Amino acid sequence: MKRSSLFVVQLLFTLLVCAFMLVPVVMSLLAGLTRNFFVGLSSGLTFDWLVQVWQAYSSTVWLSLQLALACAVCVCVIGVPAAYALVRMNNRFSRAFEELMVLPVAMPGLASALALLLTYGQFGSFRSSWLFILVGHVLFTLPFLVRPVMAVMQRQQLPVLEEAAASLGAGPVKRFFSVVVPNCRAGILAGVLMVVTLSLGEFNLTWMLHTPMTKTLPVGLADSYASARLEIASAYTLIFLLMIVPLLIALQAISARLSRGERR
Amino acid sequence: MLSSAQYLGSLGQTLVLAVVVTLVALVIGGISGVFLARQQFFGRSALVALLTFPLAFPGVVVGFLVILLAGRQGLFAALGMQLAGERWIFAYSLAGLFVGYLYFSIPRVILTVMAACESLDRSLEEAAHSLGAGHWRVVCDVIVPGLAPALASCGAICFATSMGAFGTAFTLGTRLNVTPVAIYNVFTNYANFAVAAALSVVLGAVTWAVLLLTRRLVKNSGTVL
Repeated sequence: MKRSSLFVVQLLFTLLVCAFMLVPVVMSLLAGLTRNFFVGLSSGLTFDWLVQVWQAYSSTVWLSLQLALACAVCVCVIGVPAAYALVRMNNRFSRAFEELMVLPVAMPGLASALALLLTYGQFGSFRSSWLFILVGHVLFTLPFLVRPVMAVMQRQQLPVLEEAAASLGAGPVKRFFSVVVPNCRAGILAGVLMVVTLSLGEFNLTWMLHTPMTKTLPVGLADSYASARLEIASAYTLIFLLMIVPLLIALQAISARLSRGERR
Repeated sequence: MLSSAQYLGSLGQTLVLAVVVTLVALVIGGISGVFLARQQFFGRSALVALLTFPLAFPGVVVGFLVILLAGRQGLFAALGMQLAGERWIFAYSLAGLFVGYLYFSIPRVILTVMAACESLDRSLEEAAHSLGAGHWRVVCDVIVPGLAPALASCGAICFATSMGAFGTAFTLGTRLNVTPVAIYNVFTNYANFAVAAALSVVLGAVTWAVLLLTRRLVKNSGTVL
């Protein structure tokens, strides 16, 4: 009987934590759809705020999507070979490099943005194009692809498969594309989804790097939080959540599949 | 320049805030994480999914959610009006920042603790129980030490995120005296690149040192993570 009372206490505690996480999100959803949040739900529901937000900020949505996709492509092209090289080398140098990979987590985004601005800030046309933000996003998200891909590469019997392919006459390039990459699909997919999610939500770097012509979604969000009325800000947040939640669901499904594969 | 009291003060405040957030998040996430990993009940996986979503919310959004909770038109303001006749507003202070940091730290702790629980040896707990240890003793002497490496490395990440989080503080107001905001103010308001860069380096160095130290500690303890 003692055990069940403990269970109830723990369940209540967890539900309380869950409420702490969810209540503000639900409030934000409701506020974005309520005619007048100050009056309350009795003022009626409306899509007007969503329409207004779309008219004012749709360009930020498209820019963010463009950035996220470009970032995912760049990170894949750089990150997958890099992960492969790090796994294969496995010496003091590569381990030091792995240690360095923690840096983007440790370095506040602001600091990386400052560094980018001080280094490349004087190239005017580069500075004012969206590619400048792309560079920042790639720098920031790269470790989040390299780490899961490395984890998958270390786990499988990749060397055995590669030896088999080599003995059948496949060159290094062919081995990489037809053996290594297909075997790491799940890790790459998880990494890419993470990168897209992070890039869509990246603010710390982007806020410093953006220009009035290159506003991304989170920058627009900060803008609306500072200046627009609560309903507009909430509706804007609602659009952002609609974009990001499907990605998160896919991410959870894939990581669940990955961990199941690990136990097999 | 670095020795000037204002910047040291903000650095100290940031450090204390990050440490407190990390500890509280570890306790809350630890309790919920162990519970979710150990018990099977209806709706468990839905609960896990809901609890881990906010992990990827950007800082600005978390700041806005804190405003919805504790801002001028927030839930707590309405609640306080009902209960005490005055609006409870703490979103635009360090307390609001604390709530925001807690918001994105808890999901991470829960995820890590749940993963670490899977690899714990349950027979140790049963042995402790059969030797007459009470519930509390088992938690203190078996579960917590078993989870220690996971808690340490996850705590380090939480600490790092809280040290560098700029978006939340930015949304809640640039009057908050924490280092990322100080860097931003120095850079944009005074265009003082040298001080901004120096502050960034100090902030980055402190955070990186903590991360590195934790990794070493976890490695030396011989537990595979």
